[in-house]
Amino acid sequence: MTDVAVPVTTKKDWTSDQEIRWCPGCGDYSILTAVQMLMPELGARREDTVFISGIGCSSRFPYYMDTYGVHSIHGRAPALATGLAVSRPDLHVWVITGDGDALSIGGNHLLHALRRNVDITILLFNNQIYGLTKGQYSPTSETGKVTKSTPFGSLDHPYNPVSLALGAEASFVARTHDMDRKHMMATFKRAYEHKGASLVEIYQNCNVFNDGAFEAILTKDNRPRMLIPLVHGEPIRFGVEGEKGVVVTADGARIVEVADVGEGALAVHDEARPDPSVAFALSRLADGPTSPTPIGVFRAVERADYGSLVNSQVLRASDQKGPGDLDALLASGATWTVG
Amino acid sequence: MADTASPPRTDVAHTDSPTSGSSTAGASTNPIELDRVVIRFAGDSGDGMQLTGDRFTESSALFGNDLSTLPDFPAEIRAPAGTLAGVSAFQVHISDHDILTPGDHPSVLVAMNPAALRANVKDVAPAGTIIVNSDSFDERALAKAGYAANPLEDGSLKDFTLYEIPMTSITLEAVKPSGTKPRDAERSKNLFALGVISWMYTRPVEATIAWIEAKFAKNDMVKMANVLAFKAGYNFGETAELFESNYIVKPAALDPGRYTNVSGNTALAWGLIAAGQLAKLPIFLGSYPITPASDILHELSKHKNFGVRTVQAEDEIAGVGAALGASYGGALGVTTTSGPGVDLKTETIGLAVNLELPLLIIDIQRGGPSTGLPTKTEQADLLQAMFGRHGEAPVPIVAPQTPGDCFHAAIEAARIAVKYRTPVFLLSDGYLANGAEPWKIPDVDALPDISVPFATEPNHVRGDGGEEFWPYLRDATTLARPWAVPGTPGLEHRIGGLEKADGAGTVSYDPTNHEKMVHLRVAKVAGIARDIPLVEVDDPDGDSELLVLGWGSTYGAIAAGLRRVRLQGHHVAHVHVRHLNPFPANLGDVLVRYPKVLVPEMNLGQLCKLVRAEFLVDAKGLNKMSGQPFRAGEIERAVLDALAGS
Ligand code: SF4
Repeated sequence: MTDVAVPVTTKKDWTSDQEIRWCPGCGDYSILTAVQMLMPELGARREDTVFISGIGCSSRFPYYMDTYGVHSIHGRAPALATGLAVSRPDLHVWVITGDGDALSIGGNHLLHALRRNVDITILLFNNQIYGLTKGQYSPTSETGKVTKSTPFGSLDHPYNPVSLALGAEASFVARTHDMDRKHMMATFKRAYEHKGASLVEIYQNCNVFNDGAFEAILTKDNRPRMLIPLVHGEPIRFGVEGEKGVVVTADGARIVEVADVGEGALAVHDEARPDPSVAFALSRLADGPTSPTPIGVFRAVERADYGSLVNSQVLRASDQKGPGDLDALLASGATWTVG
Repeated sequence: MADTASPPRTDVAHTDSPTSGSSTAGASTNPIELDRVVIRFAGDSGDGMQLTGDRFTESSALFGNDLSTLPDFPAEIRAPAGTLAGVSAFQVHISDHDILTPGDHPSVLVAMNPAALRANVKDVAPAGTIIVNSDSFDERALAKAGYAANPLEDGSLKDFTLYEIPMTSITLEAVKPSGTKPRDAERSKNLFALGVISWMYTRPVEATIAWIEAKFAKNDMVKMANVLAFKAGYNFGETAELFESNYIVKPAALDPGRYTNVSGNTALAWGLIAAGQLAKLPIFLGSYPITPASDILHELSKHKNFGVRTVQAEDEIAGVGAALGASYGGALGVTTTSGPGVDLKTETIGLAVNLELPLLIIDIQRGGPSTGLPTKTEQADLLQAMFGRHGEAPVPIVAPQTPGDCFHAAIEAARIAVKYRTPVFLLSDGYLANGAEPWKIPDVDALPDISVPFATEPNHVRGDGGEEFWPYLRDATTLARPWAVPGTPGLEHRIGGLEKADGAGTVSYDPTNHEKMVHLRVAKVAGIARDIPLVEVDDPDGDSELLVLGWGSTYGAIAAGLRRVRLQGHHVAHVHVRHLNPFPANLGDVLVRYPKVLVPEMNLGQLCKLVRAEFLVDAKGLNKMSGQPFRAGEIERAVLDALAGS
């Protein structure tokens, strides 16, 4: 790069002096490393970078980044981030959240941040459990989960975060996992570069309260059979030998043997498809991380981001009415003079 | 006649100057002079009474009267027609001298239907005037209003001067040339009533006609119908020989200056815009619609050319969250709401206490608890603002006392918020929000500069000699922490809801540090007492035995009530507090000087409780919880009782 404006940094520059308090072996570590390693690659500036989190294990994340950061309150990070991103479009605002934070207590804010397309990058650490409160089931836990608060098994039907985001017409939705740094970095980079709200679901292992939740799909051996990579413009194929694929029909998406249908019948992934329904169909391929599951970018479409719309209204108002004149405002109703 | 009716005011911004021509005041004989009059317009909530009252107010303001208004409407957009629950009323007090309240008892009641009569007749002053739309007094309407017999015929109104005017039929006839269908035409009858009252009180007509034409510019037929109805009402007054005379309330001798008529919510919105300019910060409003605060959101949304950003959030929590996020980024974050919204915002306000960032929480109080009385007024959120958070979480509180004062109170709240990096509550209420008064437009150049600098440099030297930024290293005087906004190189730092280490601002669970931080936050807010004006004691004789202590919107009623008591020769003192947390530094000294302290509040004694606890004074409460503001007469009686009790 010859562009001197792009700062040269290293991972160390992005690492704060705070001692990390996650349990040894927690998946959060590898996500933190992926982000810290990505930052120099993005050419980002520390002073222009803000991490805002809610409450939960993952929400300690901002303390470990040597950037601006706010560790806010449970579920409300997207609300704070909206105010910041709208009033300071020059900043890059990240939201760090978890399955309980984003989908339970803060569900409403997540939906509306996605709907409005606020220019924020949301990393949703999904470990399918409440870690910080020591192991209750979460809104992404599988039905029947036995935890301290559900000794007879949970009754709730879980959310699929990707489906939820697509239902809210999020303009960028992706999934990655904590066992593959390269995939995380590539996915985070796409999310960072997307203008508007981007949501990345990260399958994250909580080795203390929900160890192995993603084992069925994420062990090295299982990945080829169980992860369905989504690559824009490519037929959707997976399997040790690429023997399986995905077809999409009016009835939805389903997994097929390529030999049965022929390669030409496979769905070609189009992340830029304006209508989110095919992406949604792909998100429904797996009920949970126990059967073949798509990862990668489900959807990446261009749509005006909320902050730009708000700020262009402000600029337009100034253009049309001239800059605010307080004297004129106070006398804008009928006035009269005494004395 | 022309000299009595022509207003002395010039410089009217509207093109439709009320000074134009002798036709503005219509009575053929000289109108009788009154020093003041209280008029209440009452009808069905679909009858347009608020609009009628607003317009009468505006023309009286332009005419030069002092005035005060009290809109009173049901929470339902269209409550069942013809029922008592559906009655909407608007009271306006106009006078030729300085007045403080919308008046205790209307001297004139305009009742558009039996329900409006029944709901309001008990308030009419003895021997007052009642004008009814006699067309609406049919059997069905009487039954709906709960009348067993027709009050127009059974003599029950014999102590009043009753005018029966068939408003519906005259309106229908009058608007025929506009071609409107009878059902639509009937809807112009409120303007007929406005016409009658405009004649009765010699209000200028041209301004009102121009206003109707502007208001209904989009629909020619409706515009024409309304103008015809208004004129018909005015002419009816002049020609029907029903009324013996008409009246004039001469302009009031107000302080010299330029005036406009404002409601509390408009003044508050303007105050926020001014605060942004004076603080040199962009205003960011995060808000969720709620009665009676929504008008501030509406007003601010109109003025984006001042750099104002408004976000109608998904809920109350998001509204305050976005405002706090914007403050973190260097804007002046504001959220507007009412009690139920404050409930929801509470956790975020606690976060703002911990983050030590500026934030304005505007609470337009209404009747509670829960949904309560959305359109009625109350002052019962004081203790919530004071204590409604977990932990020791002090928040400064400012309360405006008149509609126009909402402007200055907003600036004061913003000044405290940015200087001390703290959330601040502004406690207005439904009465101030919707009430209007002539307001002397302040000299913008004389408003205070409330700007503060952002941090730009590291402020601490490490053991190894390197420089770093400590986000909680406080200013020695104000105890405010530095406001370092993202985008400033070298000051990157992390803050959050967890307890901070004093100075460094890193997470700390250390017990002694927590104790110290609790005290520092409390001391910071308490220290604001050094930076706010002392209370002014209104004690003309200096030897009063009784002090009346008030706050917020009760100002007008208390001051008017005390005028009456003083006219009777009694000596009483009045203190009205604007800063409720911290209290002005001299409040305790003032209170202990008086053997008796009476605290009128529209709650069950919240300020009373605070001053008793804080200053060990034996203050007594005068409490009203009806959703209606105090009347001057109620204050007068309570004060006389308290004096007699000695
Ligand atoms: S509880 Fe689970 S999610 Fe939390 S830090 Fe420990 S391992 Fe990680």
